[in-house]
Amino acid sequence: MREEVLELLAEICEDDGVKEDMELELFESGLMDSLGFAEFLVELEEQFEIVISPSEVERGDINTPEKILALVEARR
Amino acid sequence: MSYYEGLPFFLLLVLVLLVAAVLGWMEKPLGQYGFVVSLIFAALIFGGKPESLFYLLLFYGWSMLLIFGYARLRSRQGRKAGVYHAVVLLALLPLVLCKVTPLFHLNIFGFIGISYLNFRVIQILIELYDGVIKEVSFAETTAFLVFFPSFSSGPIDRSRRFGADWSRKLSREAYMELCGRGCWKLLLGAVYKMVLAAAAYKVMGYFETGHIWYQWVVYAYAYGAYLFFDFAGYSLMAVGSSYILGIELPDNFNLPFISKDIREFWDRWHISLSHWFRDFVFTRFVMFSAKKKWFSSRLQRACVGFFVNMGIMGLWHGVSVSYILYGLYHGALLAGTEVYQKKSSFYKKYKAKKWYQAASWFVTMQLVMFGFFLFSGKLVELIG
Repeated sequence: MREEVLELLAEICEDDGVKEDMELELFESGLMDSLGFAEFLVELEEQFEIVISPSEVERGDINTPEKILALVEARR
Repeated sequence: MSYYEGLPFFLLLVLVLLVAAVLGWMEKPLGQYGFVVSLIFAALIFGGKPESLFYLLLFYGWSMLLIFGYARLRSRQGRKAGVYHAVVLLALLPLVLCKVTPLFHLNIFGFIGISYLNFRVIQILIELYDGVIKEVSFAETTAFLVFFPSFSSGPIDRSRRFGADWSRKLSREAYMELCGRGCWKLLLGAVYKMVLAAAAYKVMGYFETGHIWYQWVVYAYAYGAYLFFDFAGYSLMAVGSSYILGIELPDNFNLPFISKDIREFWDRWHISLSHWFRDFVFTRFVMFSAKKKWFSSRLQRACVGFFVNMGIMGLWHGVSVSYILYGLYHGALLAGTEVYQKKSSFYKKYKAKKWYQAASWFVTMQLVMFGFFLFSGKLVELIG
């Protein structure tokens, strides 16, 4: 599961670095933006049946691969 | 009396905030106090305008009916898309009437604050559907809607964030720190609005009737400065007042004129509005169209999404040619920026360079100023 979510994240960010560095700042580094986040939510729902609402999480709660994994883990 | 206008309002504001500061210092919870003074302000402001008062009460009753009715339906039936869409459309009805009826020389639901109130009602409905909000409280929802610092023009707060602040109790240290930051914002906002915006307005006056192109340019820049200092000043006063009442309203502006591209601009300009649109229009459009496979690529989805998002934002300002053009203009700029940044090797090669960033900043500012010129209605007036 962890690997699959990271794979999805790498695909959305178009950067394999997100699989290595769990503390990588996703929004400030420009790897992720509102659009990427929307695409990520759609894939989470379609691939893993995990529904997260776009207004539910603050940017500060999802700005690193580690935090995203924690959120997905909590929702399984 | 009007919100943030005239001596009576400001005298009462100072009195209300002084009492709040004493209560906060005594470590009393401020939520109920903020609620009561908000009701007093609403009574004083709408009391003398029976027609506005009537529409305000009608709007309030209608919205509460929809919120509580839908909360009940949602907990009984679960996520039903059809019911949800119908309820959101019904909640939008007063705003649509308010924006459209002036075209027919009527003024239905034309009361101060309706545009901003509507965002907050819709947010509650959408989050009920999403299951993010499980239950609604009558007092808290009313306090959220009537909260006087942001009643007339925002910043647009979110109900869950407001609710957490509304029911908390701050220690003396935490409150005094918040109160101090609130006072600073309140004073800075007053300087922005009453000194700097007023100065920019004077400059606009000198160039308003110009017929030569460079006079329009000066007018456009002066108008941009006026728009910023007027609205950022108001927003600072609203945020400052709310801090003193123990509520941390979100900021609306964060140095918009240092933006290096249009997307960054919308992250710094009227932030509570653009983030509301991001969360409740743009992201949802992109997700919906991705699931329905309307477009063949991510880029297409994004570009259409930007047009839809900014087009609606333009319309929300008012049903007029200038506002619609303003929205579509920004939709085009955001879509163009997206394509350029994703596709251009020139951009990828030079984006980190100082000279590139300086040039990008300069171009962005000219695009922004031209947008304000459109927004002002002056361009349509000059052409039409």
